[in-house]
Amino acid sequence: MDLTKPYPTPTPETEPFWQGLRNERVLLQKCDDCGTWIFYPRSNCSNCLSTNLSWREVSGEGTLYTFTVTRQATAPHFVDEVPQLIAMIDLDEGVRLTSTLIADETTQISIGAKVIPEFDHINEEVTLLRYRLA
Amino acid sequence: MKLEGRAAIVGYQEYPHIRKFSGKRKFTLGQWADLTRLSLEDAGLEARDVNGLVCTEIRETVSFTPATIVEYLGQPVNFAERVDLGGASPVGMVWRAAAAIELGLADVVVCALPGQPIPSNPNPGPVDPRRFFQSSSVNWGSPQAEFEIPYGNLAQNCGYAMIAQRYAAEYDYDPTAMAKLVVDQRRSSAMNPNAVFYEKPVTVDDVLNSRLIADPLRMLEIVMPVAGGAAVIVASEDVAKRCKHRPAWIKGFGEHLTMKTPTFAEDLVHSPVGPASAKAFEMAGVERGEIDACQIYDCYTITVLLTLEDAGFCGKGEGMEFIRTHDLSCFGDFPVNSGGGQLGMGQAAGSGGMTQVIEGARQIMGRAEKRQLSRCDSVYVSGTGGIMSEQAALILQGD
Repeated sequence: MDLTKPYPTPTPETEPFWQGLRNERVLLQKCDDCGTWIFYPRSNCSNCLSTNLSWREVSGEGTLYTFTVTRQATAPHFVDEVPQLIAMIDLDEGVRLTSTLIADETTQISIGAKVIPEFDHINEEVTLLRYRLA
Repeated sequence: MKLEGRAAIVGYQEYPHIRKFSGKRKFTLGQWADLTRLSLEDAGLEARDVNGLVCTEIRETVSFTPATIVEYLGQPVNFAERVDLGGASPVGMVWRAAAAIELGLADVVVCALPGQPIPSNPNPGPVDPRRFFQSSSVNWGSPQAEFEIPYGNLAQNCGYAMIAQRYAAEYDYDPTAMAKLVVDQRRSSAMNPNAVFYEKPVTVDDVLNSRLIADPLRMLEIVMPVAGGAAVIVASEDVAKRCKHRPAWIKGFGEHLTMKTPTFAEDLVHSPVGPASAKAFEMAGVERGEIDACQIYDCYTITVLLTLEDAGFCGKGEGMEFIRTHDLSCFGDFPVNSGGGQLGMGQAAGSGGMTQVIEGARQIMGRAEKRQLSRCDSVYVSGTGGIMSEQAALILQGD
């Protein structure tokens, strides 16, 4: 069975986001019509369905909305990452994304804590957006 | 157009839940046929009475599912639907059947959910990615493939755990109350011969000492996968009159979907079962205080807690106190999952939520034997799909 890590394959819609991460920049879409910030990248605004969207660079900073510590891998591909610190991050712009926290297991982690991005360059194509406590 | 409440559950079949299935293996189609036969027999109806069906996915085909089932049963229908709402499918199937009956499309609709293993394929193809990634899609262009799976956010445990952690940050979280919920349900499943945990009650300490899976969820707060399968027959008023049992009338229902991945829930601790339940109660014209029993979808303890709050049985943030101060077993003052729920019965794949529907009908019909409530005229049933991403509610009533 194939247990290679399931890395993302960018699409025409999402490529600018992944390109940004490769360059250690966080890019988000914003709706030109209603001003809504959008994540994940898509062809239509998630508030008004407009197709007039622009890419903007943001700090990537945010707060920890929630997290868990997995004691058994969520799939066999992640056995080497147990305990996984899976988290939801609220970016300062108001969008939420899934990530993992880079922290020692003994670190006291509090929901609501400030977090900062960490660019995890997996290979030439893929950079994942992980987080550290600020 | 208003629901008249003139369709009812008139019969059912529930395969006993077992961990290791050793019986004769049948294809999903064969299980469908068998569940249909047994549930019709239970109602006092015959194969030729069926003129509608509601299904979910089956193992033998990816599309044209209803037509494939109709052909296998040899039974033409005027109404067919395939529902794709995960664990909320059973509730979604039953209300769709009731709606079709009220509209005059059909008068006997079978809703079946096979859950036993099928024969081993002598020519197995490549491994289905769902074996690893479960309900998260790895297809190119899937938001889960790109933004969830690479971070390991997949399967159910970590999503429900993150909901519980968020709840704990906002409200009172009491692991002992969560354990008591399991204890109360396991008192009921101990009396249920169809349950995997028949005659196997647990203590609060058993739950609190069970293995931590994803903080704060422990093993005994999570359903155990089992083999099973279930079906119900939904029929019109005219048909119900000639059936064997007291009909469980479908008086109200609601459904609400907000997202696939909980990361995209606006507020993780206010679940879609809130608006779904509000609609169901309004449609039925029933108050929360009139409900004799709740059959709440219980893939995890946190699901029950949020449903008690969001469906309006107690206030937001008061669920732990509610659990601490009520006996939720079938012997108690506020029965929740009087058959043991899925935490007590085990979860037979997609048919898990049908145990909730069936226990609701069973109590109204007065067929719950040692677990029978002294009075049961109004039942609330909920269904939950995904990670509280799609939820549905039913109000069932006896005459």
